[in-house]
Amino acid sequence: MPDETLFAQILDPKNRADPYPLYARMRETPVSRQADGSYLVSTHAALRSLIFDPRLSSEDLPPSRRPATGNPLKDWILNPIRNRVVNTHRPLIFRDPPDHDTLRGFVMKEFTIARVRDAHAKVATLVDALIDKCRGRDTVCLVDDLSYPLPVAVICELLGVPEADERQFHAWATRLATALEPDARHDEAGRREIAATFDVISDYMRRLIREKRRHPADDMLSGLAARGGRGRPVMGDIDLISTAILLLVAGHETTVNLITNGMLTLLRHPDELEKLKADPERAPRVIEEILRYEPPVHFRTRKALGAIAVAGATIPAGSSVVLMLAAGNRDPARFTQPDRFDPDRNDNQHFGFGGGLHYCVGAPLARIEAEIALVTLCRRLVAPRLLDDPPPYRAGASLRGPKNLGITIAGIA
Amino acid sequence: MRVVVDLNRCQGYAQCCYAAPDHFELRGHEILFYDPAPSEAKRSQIERAQQACPVRAIEIEPAGLAEGDEP
Amino acid sequence: MTEVQRLGIVVVGASLAGLRGAEALRDRGYDGPLTLVGDEPHQPYDRPPLSKHVLAGELPPEATVLPQLSRLRARWRLGQPAVALNRERRVLHRADGATLPYAKLLITTGARARTWPGEGADLAGIFTIRTLEDARALWSALACRPNRVIIVGGGLIGCEAASCCRDLGLAVTLVDPNPTPLARLLGTTIGATLAERMRGAGVDFRPKTKVRAFSGEAGQVRRAHLAGGEVLETDLVIVALGATRDTGWLAAAGLAADAGGLTCDGACRAISIAGEPDPDIYAAGDVARWPNPLYGDRPMTVEHWGNAVDQARHAAANMLASASDQIPYRHLPSFWSSQFGLNIKLAGSTEGADALAVVQGTRASQRFLAVYGRAGRTVAALSFDQARWLPAYAEAVAAGASFPPILGATDQPRIEALEPGLPGPRRSPDRGAAALETAHA
Repeated sequence: MPDETLFAQILDPKNRADPYPLYARMRETPVSRQADGSYLVSTHAALRSLIFDPRLSSEDLPPSRRPATGNPLKDWILNPIRNRVVNTHRPLIFRDPPDHDTLRGFVMKEFTIARVRDAHAKVATLVDALIDKCRGRDTVCLVDDLSYPLPVAVICELLGVPEADERQFHAWATRLATALEPDARHDEAGRREIAATFDVISDYMRRLIREKRRHPADDMLSGLAARGGRGRPVMGDIDLISTAILLLVAGHETTVNLITNGMLTLLRHPDELEKLKADPERAPRVIEEILRYEPPVHFRTRKALGAIAVAGATIPAGSSVVLMLAAGNRDPARFTQPDRFDPDRNDNQHFGFGGGLHYCVGAPLARIEAEIALVTLCRRLVAPRLLDDPPPYRAGASLRGPKNLGITIAGIA
Repeated sequence: MRVVVDLNRCQGYAQCCYAAPDHFELRGHEILFYDPAPSEAKRSQIERAQQACPVRAIEIEPAGLAEGDEP
Repeated sequence: MTEVQRLGIVVVGASLAGLRGAEALRDRGYDGPLTLVGDEPHQPYDRPPLSKHVLAGELPPEATVLPQLSRLRARWRLGQPAVALNRERRVLHRADGATLPYAKLLITTGARARTWPGEGADLAGIFTIRTLEDARALWSALACRPNRVIIVGGGLIGCEAASCCRDLGLAVTLVDPNPTPLARLLGTTIGATLAERMRGAGVDFRPKTKVRAFSGEAGQVRRAHLAGGEVLETDLVIVALGATRDTGWLAAAGLAADAGGLTCDGACRAISIAGEPDPDIYAAGDVARWPNPLYGDRPMTVEHWGNAVDQARHAAANMLASASDQIPYRHLPSFWSSQFGLNIKLAGSTEGADALAVVQGTRASQRFLAVYGRAGRTVAALSFDQARWLPAYAEAVAAGASFPPILGATDQPRIEALEPGLPGPRRSPDRGAAALETAHA
């Protein structure tokens, strides 16, 4: 009898540090129905099949609702309109084709190879500067000292968001990222908070976009906000705002985890840390293995538009489907010795960046940031040791990563 | 060095194009044009592209492999 | 010392299938003598780019040499084709008179381009695209900026060549007896979409007609005479009439081989004319005709890149396995083609399809996914620039799902059953029914 409470156990913070034994139990039933009616999908084969399945919709967010204000004009007219607008102009990770493809096309046109290549130098300089700041200390707090500030600075520069505003949106971004967490999404208070935060950050973006239209610069937002033929904007304003917010939030919440999980894993495997230090050319393999072994996003939810037969089960139409990507990454049917961290494994086809239509847009940038950060940390931190193992984790079960990572050091090289 | 991409597998994620832009290029929506014979000096770039491919479609000849054939 | 360790394994045909088969033998632990025989003087090279980037002048022909993925420790016997096989004495005869003994044989001789069969065949300026030499010669000729290129045959190679010629800014006329390009492969409904794209790119597409003859001056082709009497000026002709399987050298070998392929059993073992599988002779790639369990054990030859790789690896595994451990080869045929800025991919076989439905996107946008049905079953899935949807539909094809296979999908139009416009099963003494399965025909 499959365990109908596995998903609830995964959401439970006490399992955050090591959800992998739960994933192993989950894989015993590749597609298992949970008490709340959702379906967990956990084997590599079933995930691979579903990731490409056009019957799985990403438009599965519960509708947005703004909190009552007591002002009848707002409660009865303005906010219902805003709710509707927001619900129909969600960012592309919550959209299906053809809208998804159109929006993604706009983003990809601006997320150019040249821009990503140019980010290299900026990342290298930033990483060194952030590590320099730790001089004279015997402990590095990796998230605060590097994993968070690095991607924020990089995505701000790429988008054209003034870095000085970072303080403002740090809190917004953290709150919005909970939209990916099922517990926050299904909780009325959580949803209202997400909606309220969305309004605030939308206002900020609206002003910024107006500014970009007046004074275009060589950045992604200016490009996205540009006017096409007949002087009309290429993207509608509301789509533009939700896209900009998505890029800003997704551009760092996930990369923070990738860098932190990466360093945590290397510190737990000192031989691999030494190998990377001795041979930085190993980095691409190390990064891919981190993406498999400790991915930044553990699961994503979808909705089944039609009945789907997969791995001997049938998911009924209308069901919520949880794609347990991190469980697929540890599937022994696909990877030999899946619980071993082994950068030398070949054919490492992981779900660290998802897959299919919604494959992470920012993957190339995340790879660059993680590679430069990890290689430089290995080179410059002298005798690094984990302070606490396991470290404290953030609340999210999907965007899973340490809240902070204390590393004792004997100095900075 | 020699490279071949299984274009049945390729789905145009373009990760190789970001990793090794001088050797992989996406045209139109999803046509991959690649250099099947880059110079050996580019091996690390090409391997980076291989590692980044989400569908593992890129195959590279290991260095020094052709040696050892019999006469 | 066993027979295999003494005489070794000989792979006849040193192209993609031969190379991947040889690698698989080594990967699976075979460490006896291994010989690769090839009629061309080159190391194995990749053919798909020859009708694409090589033709467009973006890649030198020799850049297409394939990577070796495992250490082969092989003896290469290149530049001399095999001309005969004596199974009784277990020897292979080569064109230079040399003989080669074998304990086991893997036949991967592939196919040859069908040359211009009609009048004018000896004129200069008439090309085919199959080998590296073909591509080299054609590229030099295209570099001289011919005034008009005529392409005979609107299959994959013909269409890709037309696309390259347009990229080079050359005037192109494509002549095909069918109403649309790729008609035999994808049907005339989808073919019409491609015809539109092709004409939009400036190709002078002449459907429903044939070239009757070529004529020339001073030995150089100058004119194409169409069946209807029209005469087209030309100074360069590309003949893209498909390929015939390279089985002529097996004529006296007592194997069930003809221009349509070498007949094999499900495990890829060559079948003798007595109808028995030869336990020591296997075949893979374009040349092999085998009963594919995915299509009800219908004998198929699949002239595509993916089959060359998969079947060669499969045959190699069976070659090293005992007689009781022979595993049948199941294969979902797949190919890709890039032309006119479009990426076309097919998974499955459209042969005999009686239904067609566009299930993702729209034909009008020229970005869509379509499925083919036969007797209520889904037999193939086609992608026009929608490759990321293809795996789900390919899975449905492999599972033999009912038609249409996936309902209630995102971006799914109201599904209307269309007429695929495919020819009915056709037999010709030259090729046999199997030719219908192939893409290059």
